[in-house]
Amino acid sequence: MNATPSKDAVLEAHAQNQAISSLLSSLPGSIQDAKFDRNELTLTIDKDQIRTACEVVRAAGYNMLVDVTCVDWYPSEPRFQVTYHILSHSLKERLRLAAMVDSIDTSVDSITPVWPSANFYEREVWDLFGVRFHGHPNLRRIMMPDEWEGHPLRKDYPVEGYR
Amino acid sequence: MTEFVATSTLLTPRPTEGSKDTTMIVNMGPQHPSTHGVLRLVVEIDGETVLKVVPDIGYLHTGIEKTCEAKFYQQVVPMTDRIDYLSPMSNNLCYCLAVEKLLEIEIPQRAQWIRVLLNELTRLNSHLVWLGTHAMDIGALTVFLYTFREREEILRIFEHVSGQRMMTSYFRVGGLALEPPLDLFDRIQKFLNILPERIDEYQNLLMGNPIWIHRIKGIGYLSAADAIALGVTGPPLRASGVDWDLRRDMPYSGYEKFQFKVPTSTEGDVWARYMVRVEEMRESVKICQQALDGMPEGDIKADAPKVVLPDREKMKTQMESLIYHFKIVTEGFPVPAGEVYQAIESPRGEMGYYVVSDGTAKPYRVHMRNPTFATLQALQTMCAGRLIADVVAVIGSIDIVLGEIDR
Repeated sequence: MNATPSKDAVLEAHAQNQAISSLLSSLPGSIQDAKFDRNELTLTIDKDQIRTACEVVRAAGYNMLVDVTCVDWYPSEPRFQVTYHILSHSLKERLRLAAMVDSIDTSVDSITPVWPSANFYEREVWDLFGVRFHGHPNLRRIMMPDEWEGHPLRKDYPVEGYR
Repeated sequence: MTEFVATSTLLTPRPTEGSKDTTMIVNMGPQHPSTHGVLRLVVEIDGETVLKVVPDIGYLHTGIEKTCEAKFYQQVVPMTDRIDYLSPMSNNLCYCLAVEKLLEIEIPQRAQWIRVLLNELTRLNSHLVWLGTHAMDIGALTVFLYTFREREEILRIFEHVSGQRMMTSYFRVGGLALEPPLDLFDRIQKFLNILPERIDEYQNLLMGNPIWIHRIKGIGYLSAADAIALGVTGPPLRASGVDWDLRRDMPYSGYEKFQFKVPTSTEGDVWARYMVRVEEMRESVKICQQALDGMPEGDIKADAPKVVLPDREKMKTQMESLIYHFKIVTEGFPVPAGEVYQAIESPRGEMGYYVVSDGTAKPYRVHMRNPTFATLQALQTMCAGRLIADVVAVIGSIDIVLGEIDR
């Protein structure tokens, strides 16, 4: 196995990437980690700056939010990785942003003010993972019944459910 | 590309927000015939005018993403059929491409072309169902009988190639399940020969129907900026004037070798979505024809013995193949750690699979990005201020499949 290139090496190799260059110039210090794996660029953003970072990459030409989802890395901390897939129609490129959320304060800023399409996706992440989104206009369960207890896609939730 | 201003008016409101005494709340669904499944809409109306449309989904939620985490990579393929039961091959393809990207294996050209061929047949299948049911929702009942006649032939082709009419599971990680039967290509050729005139027939049936035209022209308008802001993809996005098709702009599975046009329209209404889809059917026929004409010879499975099951014959005669077969079936195959997002242009828009691997034989996380889940958010923008009868036409025009919305 090759050693994973460090964050600085990835940022240097993709210095001409518009998302990276505008994030480095307008939000220095927001990029916590950078990975380039299987031709896909992943930038881990400080979770307090995710909304501003989304505004910055939208201004850099990444015009469409395609998907918001989450990965539960239980039992390691920070536990939740909220993942945003963003597409640029003009550059014909994709970008993945990630925000790490710990299990003590499971909340992150909502990006519905930047992209209204995040509405249903963030409701889904709240419903299935229990990650709260600050500033979301309507954070209700979307898949499970309203009175459901627990968040089924968490790794400590049994596949067969509680019996 | 068009810039947009994100406004809170685009957001789907809460059901009870700002309700007045003079308005009335109507429940459409979950058993309403025009909701194509079990979609429930809470519609607030003032007289006949729609003020709010709030979709209530989740009636078909079966926790497929959770189930996937408990299965081997190859066992997930049949689950993907059941998400979008009208375009099973697209789901199979998208999932297989995502895992193949994680494994970094090359697929032989013949397998890629057969995948493209069957995918375009899936698109035809899905659009035929859409055309029939959409016209039926609005009251043009006859077309349904004609489109289902052609759809039946596609389903028979699917049965011929995979043994199943709807839940095909024909694609595998690393190629195809079996070499296609000998007369398959002749059969598809016969079908392609008749289809273009059948599409003319549907159009003649509908375009000469003034009631139908009146019910879809100028209804459910969605601007390009709003469509992008709301995550709308596929035919509704192209009908709003955004020239974007993943098959052409970010090709996968060998689509870059095919010549086809991407139909667009700037009108952004139900009529435009109808025209875009019908033109797409004609383009799909062309792609299928190119795939048949240039079908390469060769293997249908990648040369990756640790991932792809060996041929039956080899498995019974060679010790090594038997061991690989036994290990893949009992233990699965480990996939290197990493995360990938693979998107394809499904009949309904951008379908994406986000697969996270932790290096074991079971996926750590599988997330499906389904096109109509996002498109459903545009319902409020398309329906507000219009008549309640138009809601039915608009739902039909976004071509929802509740299986993929709820997963």
